[in-house]
Amino acid sequence: MNLSGALSLALPELVLTIAALLLLVVGAFSKKAISMVSLGAGLALTVAAFLAATGPAGMQFGGSYIADNAAAFAKVFIYGFSAVAILLGDRWLKRLDNQSFEFPVLIVIAALGMGMMASAGDLISLYIGIELHSLALYVLAAFRRDDARSSEAGLKYFVLGALSSGMLLYGASLIYGFAGSTRFDVIATAVQAGAQNGVLFGLVFLICGLAFKISAAPFHMWTPDVYEGAPTPVVMFITTAPKLAAMVLIARVLIDAFGDAVEQWRQVVLAIAMISVVVGAFAGLVQKNLKRLIAYSSIANIGYALIGLSAANQQGVASMLVFMVLYMVDVTGFLACLMALKREGRPMETLADISGLFRQKPGMALVMTVLSFSFLGLPPFSGFWGKFFVFRAALNAGLWPVAVAGLVLSVVAAFFYLRVIKVMWFDPAPQGAVAKEPVEAKAVAIVAGLFSAAGIWFALSGLDHLAMNAAAALSQR
Amino acid sequence: MSLQAVAFYLMALVSVVSALLVVSAKNPVHSVLYLITVFFSAAGLFVLMGAEFLAMLLVVVYVGAVAVLFLFVVMMLDVDFVALRQGFARYLPIGGAIGVILLVEMVLVATAVAEHGAAAKYAAPLAAGEISNTEAIGRVLYTDYLYLFEAAGLVLLVAMIGALVLTLRHRPGVKRQNIAAQVGRTPAKGMEIVQIKDGAGIPE
Repeated sequence: MNLSGALSLALPELVLTIAALLLLVVGAFSKKAISMVSLGAGLALTVAAFLAATGPAGMQFGGSYIADNAAAFAKVFIYGFSAVAILLGDRWLKRLDNQSFEFPVLIVIAALGMGMMASAGDLISLYIGIELHSLALYVLAAFRRDDARSSEAGLKYFVLGALSSGMLLYGASLIYGFAGSTRFDVIATAVQAGAQNGVLFGLVFLICGLAFKISAAPFHMWTPDVYEGAPTPVVMFITTAPKLAAMVLIARVLIDAFGDAVEQWRQVVLAIAMISVVVGAFAGLVQKNLKRLIAYSSIANIGYALIGLSAANQQGVASMLVFMVLYMVDVTGFLACLMALKREGRPMETLADISGLFRQKPGMALVMTVLSFSFLGLPPFSGFWGKFFVFRAALNAGLWPVAVAGLVLSVVAAFFYLRVIKVMWFDPAPQGAVAKEPVEAKAVAIVAGLFSAAGIWFALSGLDHLAMNAAAALSQR
Repeated sequence: MSLQAVAFYLMALVSVVSALLVVSAKNPVHSVLYLITVFFSAAGLFVLMGAEFLAMLLVVVYVGAVAVLFLFVVMMLDVDFVALRQGFARYLPIGGAIGVILLVEMVLVATAVAEHGAAAKYAAPLAAGEISNTEAIGRVLYTDYLYLFEAAGLVLLVAMIGALVLTLRHRPGVKRQNIAAQVGRTPAKGMEIVQIKDGAGIPE
């Protein structure tokens, strides 16, 4: 193996590793340089995203590392959203007097793990990527260690994450035993020759383990509690980058390695998708806490993304990628609003807190309204296009019952998004002055709102083109 | 019966019996000790199969680190094991169901292996007497699996950072040794000569 050739292919990972180690040393020895560490981490992520976008394609390290359009597409967005999480989180922790240099370092390492997931070419690198980013996320969820709810979130996330890793490893060991290799391309040849029960058994366990990571129902139990307890910038991070990485990974496993067993895995993925959409829509109806609401909304939205994936062709994978990116922008904007808004020094987290917001902060209320409409899938906003692409792919693949059920359930889910809007515009405001919003959270929220309302018209065709290229890389092998 | 078969049955029997004792022992310390016995006899089974590296790894990692960690937890944390055992009857149906499902799965997998031979065509055993399997692992660990090996190192780094983030507290007023200050101390700095007047005592 030519080591320098292999390393030049994995340049984004190399940059992030070196940056994380350097920043760790800088942060440990200089107490005052926390903001500089955050800046350096953001810079490293930007450089890595650039390298991933422009780097060559290929396969290295004995098939365990793949650089192709799909990996590049995922990495650009993963690293980008990680950088946004550092920007929001660093300032947010500083305002709480809890700023620490480990926060950006952990996010960089988590982003590194997610990049490994997007580039995984065999079951071992799949597992190590998942563990690398999950471990960092467990710590980030418990980051406000003096807050009981944050510690609870970290512990719950850790215990259930360990359980899901166990299921995933059990599935991986079955696949290895019956297919004879951990490499996706070798597994694909083995499946082509006729998928035995053992391989399919392992595949079901693998899908279940991965479904935990994307918080798809019935493996969603941790999501509402973790979202409620974890610090808001960390929630923003957990909802965006890891989900995209895990979705790309699932697409790669299912299409690359099990492309000849579509009929077998499609039922499993569709079942998980439909249960997620139902659970997200109905359980979201009774939520009063906005972070729990976002949790159920993310469960439902993962269901829609899985519907796109179950079309199992280029259009299906591309629709899933477009949907995930548009959803990630919306959810980042919404959580940035929650980070920005404070009444009497307390962050606004419940429906009662945001009632009458329009009279006190018309700008923020407008942004949250736009983003809620977008979640709901109302036509001029970006969320509509995500759902449109997913349902079009499902219909083209002949999955019309699923598409109809998904549409009906999105009407159910519309109720709780509309309630958020109604509470903000028509309910009386409670007592207490609303604090001035911090600049960076406000800026992120406004950018997300503008993108969702207007930017999408300019970005959609480009995004679709990139997603189609990325999906082509998956369905090619 | 050959010596190998005798050794196999002996160690298999010991590991099954002590595994049962792990879950049925009243005293949690005894449970951990039985667990160590299970690990040892499993290591013996590995040696019988010619996988001496895995056997040593089992002893070093599981007995040396994991089981000792268990012992620490059992002895140092005040876990109420009687309370943990309560509700045994309540959880028996669901636990039993999971147990039966696992058993069925294992039988299914075992029969499939017996029929199809679990990818025997891929497993390439080393030619006897060529190199030991410890040496074989050493040859691929830093070459073929370099990427995965380094990434696994990063996982350990994250675990270390996490432990520090979640537990390290900088308390104010804690006295720490400052070696440079100690070495740099001179008699002039460390000593003060005071003239004491009669009956006045030492001023603060």
